[in-house]
Amino acid sequence: MWLTQPLYERSTRIFLGVLLLAMSLVTLLHLVVPADHPLHVSAYTVNLLGKYLSYALLAVAVDLVWGYLGILSLGHGAFFALGGYAMGMYLMRQIGDRGVYGHPELPDFMVFLNWDALPWYWLGFDSFWFAALMVLLVPGLLAFAFGYLAFRSRVTGVYLSIMTQALTFALMLAFFRNEMGFGGNNGLTDFRDMLGFDLRTDTTRLVLFLVTGLALAIGYLICRAIVTSKLGRVCVACRDAEARTRFLGYRVERVQLSVFVVSAMLAGVAGALYVPQVGIINPGEFSPLFSIEIVIWVALGGRATLYGAVIGALLVNYAKTWFTGVMPDAWLFALGAMFVLVTVLLPRGIAGLMHNLNERRRRVKDKPQDDQQELPV
Amino acid sequence: MPLLLMLLLLLWLPLAQAEDLPSATAESDDTGLYLLQTLDVASFQDKAEAIRLIVTSDDPRARNWLSALLEGNLQRERSGRFVLVEGTSGRDLLVSDALSGEALGAINRRDLSRISINNPLRNQLRSALALIDLYSSDLNLRRASAERLIGEVDATLAAVLPDFLDEETDRRVHQRLSLALAIYRVEQGELAAVEQLSGSLHSRARVALTRAQSSDDAQLSEAARQALLGIEQKLKLNRAAETLYFGLSMGSVLVLAAIGLAITFGVMGVINMAHGELIMLGAYTTWAMQQLLPGQPGLALLLSIPAGFMVAGLTGIAIERGVIQFLKGRPLETLLATFGISLILQQLVRTVISPLNRTVVTPEWMSGSIAINDALSLTLNRLYIMAFALLVFAALIYILRRTRLGLEVRAVTQNRNMARSMGIRATRVDMLTFGLGSGVAGLAGVALSQLTNVGPNLGQAYIIDSFMVVVFGGVGNLWGTLVAGMSLGVINQILEPWAGAVLAKILVLVFIILFIQKRPRGLFPQKGRAAGD
Repeated sequence: MWLTQPLYERSTRIFLGVLLLAMSLVTLLHLVVPADHPLHVSAYTVNLLGKYLSYALLAVAVDLVWGYLGILSLGHGAFFALGGYAMGMYLMRQIGDRGVYGHPELPDFMVFLNWDALPWYWLGFDSFWFAALMVLLVPGLLAFAFGYLAFRSRVTGVYLSIMTQALTFALMLAFFRNEMGFGGNNGLTDFRDMLGFDLRTDTTRLVLFLVTGLALAIGYLICRAIVTSKLGRVCVACRDAEARTRFLGYRVERVQLSVFVVSAMLAGVAGALYVPQVGIINPGEFSPLFSIEIVIWVALGGRATLYGAVIGALLVNYAKTWFTGVMPDAWLFALGAMFVLVTVLLPRGIAGLMHNLNERRRRVKDKPQDDQQELPV
Repeated sequence: MPLLLMLLLLLWLPLAQAEDLPSATAESDDTGLYLLQTLDVASFQDKAEAIRLIVTSDDPRARNWLSALLEGNLQRERSGRFVLVEGTSGRDLLVSDALSGEALGAINRRDLSRISINNPLRNQLRSALALIDLYSSDLNLRRASAERLIGEVDATLAAVLPDFLDEETDRRVHQRLSLALAIYRVEQGELAAVEQLSGSLHSRARVALTRAQSSDDAQLSEAARQALLGIEQKLKLNRAAETLYFGLSMGSVLVLAAIGLAITFGVMGVINMAHGELIMLGAYTTWAMQQLLPGQPGLALLLSIPAGFMVAGLTGIAIERGVIQFLKGRPLETLLATFGISLILQQLVRTVISPLNRTVVTPEWMSGSIAINDALSLTLNRLYIMAFALLVFAALIYILRRTRLGLEVRAVTQNRNMARSMGIRATRVDMLTFGLGSGVAGLAGVALSQLTNVGPNLGQAYIIDSFMVVVFGGVGNLWGTLVAGMSLGVINQILEPWAGAVLAKILVLVFIILFIQKRPRGLFPQKGRAAGD
């Protein structure tokens, strides 16, 4: 076998079990329990949870490159947004002549800008499968081009982080321009239906939530497969001692590039699932702040665990929803404090904390043992 | 003065149709009253006569009267007294006596009637005022008037100007007036005058030449064409100089913003994402200083240079002591933690001061511009900021190269353990270096407050640019930062006209991303021992 350790070890089994349980529980509580019952899960909550799950998939993608490859990408929001835009373009084309201006071909914003034909890069987006392909290809190609240039010339560490940040910043500026043909400031919105299903019905929302959950499970398994494979071991080696790995004969830049591209594609899928659920995609998703926020989800959850990324994404986003509802001014204080406290006091995140607690319990039971899974920082 | 009187008599008197004037030297103010009364008639033609009369009267108050008339501020009270409107007070007007000049307080609008004028009269008034100013002994008045006359010369003025030019001693007034006269002559189709305009960059001269170019006179048209070609060439040079100036000024802003980072990131290896917010603190210090010293924006600005340095520097030291020292050797974690600090600082400013932009007043000696020629003028505030950036840069170079602190900083950077065994307190050096870099960020904020709005997002706008400058120039190299900042500023300005501001910025970012692939260590990579990671 090419796997160096079983794919379904304990943490994966628990994670998938909990995810499936939660998904079926939410479905049950939404469909079976009557609306006035306190345990009923409203369509709004289902939608919100679906959004969180797409964020969780994004966090897993970031954890793959940061936790296992040691590349701190401050630009994963760009891949997420590109996937989102690809999906958004398909959804725009599905509106057809039901827009405000009722134009049979052109989306509203193009009619507004007095364009008379679709730009070439919009062609083909009326087909779902083409759009789905683009969701993978566009972020993948960008990651390939960027990664090829960066890893080949051995740009790593902080330099790479700043470069990825500049990348997403440049894309944000570009997408803000009306001339780009992606709706400028307002982005793409006002979606109607997807594959013939009305996006605004509760059933579609539930299905989207379930699909996102499924995508998260698959994405998790893909990442798990990568990190448990030989490739994954080389990744960790690159992270911990890049030069030594290179001297051992491994092509470090190829390892970095391939995993980086996979991660970008996963982020693209997450974006594509995010857009139909929130009903809008605009250049704000490209903002450096969003990309760096993803990193704190992973850092809080605990990196190089994959499930930690999911926990972090869910926790931080739940906290964000709660704060923006109750005291919006305090959210940035809380987020800022989280950045500082997690990095200084909790370098291995919640997953590390849980690990430590487990260890202590075991140590009390058995004899003290050396902690072999020490994560280099 | 006798010349003035003579000229004016020559000019106006024949037209004035020999009204019998009361003696201008009369002790009583009958003359003034009489002059004003002649203005207060219904017919615009009669008013034109009256204006001529006033100009020829050589009355010292004539200028006031005429400019008030032009502005609609010369009014008559019901009692028949003429007043000048000085301002408003609620619904009343503040007036002064037109004859004696004494303030009369507020008078109801309804008790006053304005002496109305029409467009031909306005033109007449303007050239009359210009002429009065030309004869003024105040040099500034003469210069301003000569400036105004360019392109506005009419036949009557053209008749007097040559004589006047012989008398004028100030070079600038002389030059402006000859230009004005030459424009008039070209408009009249005088071939000789085209020669005079051939080097001029004034837009009115170009208008006159363009018109002459399309005239029927083949000789004149050809001469005008040649002159325009020469002007176009000169304009191109001027435009290039202007682009360079704006580029360097933008570059010096970038250098100011990045130089602090070049110290904390380049010399110490600490990624400080809160650098932008330290710039913001510097800008807010300027604002606070101006609130503390109302009415003295200049003094406040000068005081905020040390104050901004202290505020940002102490905040930086607090950040270093509180957070960064615990993350030594973990650059990615430092990046995240300082980013958190930047969020907190931003939100703190939003909550404590205001989420809205604050305005910082530009002191008088910093506003305005220096006109190099008609097509090129350099704004003063940018010039000051350029000088300031260079000054800060020189000071930093001095500190790092020539002082004890600089020596220790370089020692700790090169070999921490060796430096410590030589008795250098490395943690103290860390603290001071970080404070120095942060303080310089504060200085950048003080300078930026003169160029942009001061708001909570001020720093965010500069953080990515600053990192780009440092990375482009080569980490750990102050000279690299200077060259990189200046060249990025100039590149941006060159790209902007044909790509637009946003696209230019994107292109610069893409350029740097590609550049880093070629030279991962920037323009001026460190060599030797310092280069070791």
